[in-house]
Amino acid sequence: MSAPVFKNPIVRWVDYRLPIFSFMHHEMHEYPAPRNLNYWWNFGSLSGIVLMAMIVTGIVLAMHYTPHADMAFASVERIMRDVNYGWLIRYIHMNGGSMFFLLVYIHIFRGLYYGSYKAPRELLWILGVVILLLMMATAFMGYVLPWGQMSFWGATVITNLFSAIPWVGESVVAWLWGGFAVDNPTLNRFYSLHYLLPFAILGVVFLHMWALHRFGSNNPLGIDTKGPQDTIPFHPYYTYKDLYGLGVFLIVFAIFVFFAPNFFGEPDNYIQADPLVTPTHIVPEWYLLPYYAILRAITFDIWFLEAKLIGVIAMFASILLLMFLPWLDRSPVRSAKFRPIYKWVFWVFVIDCVILGVVGANAPGDLVFPNPEAVPDPETGDLPGFKYLLLGQIATAYYFLHLLAVIPLLGLLERPLPVPHSISRPVAAGAGVRRMEKA
Amino acid sequence: MRRISIAVFAACLGVFAPAGAEAEEGAELTHQSWSFAGMFGTYDRAAAQRGLQVYTEVCAACHSLSLLSYRHLSGIGLDEDAIEAIAAAVTVTDGPNDEGDMFDRPGRPADRFVAPFANDKAARAANNGAFPPDLSLIVKARPGGADYVYALLTGYEEPPAGFELQDGMNYNAYFTGHQIAMPAPLSDDAVTYADGTPATVAQMAHDLTTFFAWSAEPEAEARKRMGVKVVLFLIVLTFLFYAVKRKVWRGLH
Repeated sequence: MSAPVFKNPIVRWVDYRLPIFSFMHHEMHEYPAPRNLNYWWNFGSLSGIVLMAMIVTGIVLAMHYTPHADMAFASVERIMRDVNYGWLIRYIHMNGGSMFFLLVYIHIFRGLYYGSYKAPRELLWILGVVILLLMMATAFMGYVLPWGQMSFWGATVITNLFSAIPWVGESVVAWLWGGFAVDNPTLNRFYSLHYLLPFAILGVVFLHMWALHRFGSNNPLGIDTKGPQDTIPFHPYYTYKDLYGLGVFLIVFAIFVFFAPNFFGEPDNYIQADPLVTPTHIVPEWYLLPYYAILRAITFDIWFLEAKLIGVIAMFASILLLMFLPWLDRSPVRSAKFRPIYKWVFWVFVIDCVILGVVGANAPGDLVFPNPEAVPDPETGDLPGFKYLLLGQIATAYYFLHLLAVIPLLGLLERPLPVPHSISRPVAAGAGVRRMEKA
Repeated sequence: MRRISIAVFAACLGVFAPAGAEAEEGAELTHQSWSFAGMFGTYDRAAAQRGLQVYTEVCAACHSLSLLSYRHLSGIGLDEDAIEAIAAAVTVTDGPNDEGDMFDRPGRPADRFVAPFANDKAARAANNGAFPPDLSLIVKARPGGADYVYALLTGYEEPPAGFELQDGMNYNAYFTGHQIAMPAPLSDDAVTYADGTPATVAQMAHDLTTFFAWSAEPEAEARKRMGVKVVLFLIVLTFLFYAVKRKVWRGLH
């Protein structure tokens, strides 16, 4: 790669001493990207942009917010009512959280479909899972800050999970709370960590980008780029393609912020936290619902392990297992395009995750198909029929079966279709047809 | 492939449907027509001002409105003089003064709405142990929003035969469990409207709900106005981005 020559003398002067412009030129302009990336490849950069928006709006909110159990709720309402455009900043931040997860989930499923996690991008994938974990912690703590009913009770339920740890559980929970209940010290440390963790995310995102730029993006065909005929410079091709995607995304985002700002929220969180009144249904934000469903699916002890502990382990395992995916999937072919069975199994997994989300949003004892004629058991109040608990257990079982059995077995049993020779010549070698893949 | 994806998606919706349709314990809400509904909805100023009157004369005996200041009332179209008059009608405890004593003074527009009770305990003591919730956010804090608040206000009726009502409780079809500590707050002609609107229960409930919808989301009108401009701008911008993208990529195809 030749060093770029900059016309502007100041740029040249700076670049000689600190080659930041060369770096940008190298990573943006010269950075070769596969020429066939589709719009599913927009979601990584979109997530990065939303992360920046979250940090900027978050810093402004922090200027007006009071992290005290007695004042937090009122200070958020002050932002909504008395701070200039405070409602706009808060609603961007609030809905931005949901949008961030939506984009990241699409980004993850894209990686799953096209096999982006496979060698040599295993670390890139693992760093992504780390980002997801950090996002979940950040989002959870951020949700506590307005100190509404769902904030308080969500915090109580989630922190209580750690009491399942044998022997030291109770002490760990008291240590997390900074006392013997969720209270002012809890709010203060959550605020501190909620400010800190996004910068940790930023750091891991940097590593994620670094690892990405080592081998470049995967692509819909899942084959390596073979030479310059397979690639195009990231700028201007993908910068403009990403900008177009950004425009479409911002329209969706704006519709939520301006016309349905509380669509993803719970009405209960507009009631100030009251430790003496428990809401009827304690539910986390939508993006945490699948994990909540897995947590609640385990209602039985195994040997000496209590159900609660297994539930907590299952919940964390559901994410940590993803880190091992590059080694669980033994198929030599990356893209689902050339994997006739995996192509379908992938969608089963997507639907399974959606079902887990629906289960997480509903009470385990409720019927999946409500039946007004169902007569509750006079003693236990149990309704006969197909309950969310059972649906959640089936979906949880499939989740783990998919990762631990279906994926490894497919790698051995599935016969992939012939993979094209190269991106610029996508038809399998020997077919005798030359065609440019429409990028 | 696509057809199957659609079928699968429809199946997912099927799973969703019961979750959405799941009835709260209260009766099903009927949708009212609200001036503030929709993308372009605005608060009916006259209704909100009548609602303020009902709040002041009826609800304020028990319920606080602590997130609002009197000056905020310019949002429902009251001018400075009217706001000053409303504020001056209440007594605010201020202080301590230079002698170290608390003192009473007439309210000012910058004061918060004065709460009927000194603290939560006093509120409970005066209401048979039940706590009358703050109403600033009530429309945002209940599933069903404005329709729910309206339904609750108009939902008082005789308990059905066989329904055991606890002492001091009232039957309301829309309240969870149907037993509510608050007695029916509205009765025909409980207030006299200055503009001559007949003060039926339905009318007062409608006016009150409009007022509370505003008090929960005073920014809603500005938000929607800005939203229309932002979305229109973004559509144009996105179109431009698309055109540029097409132009940049043309050489490749």
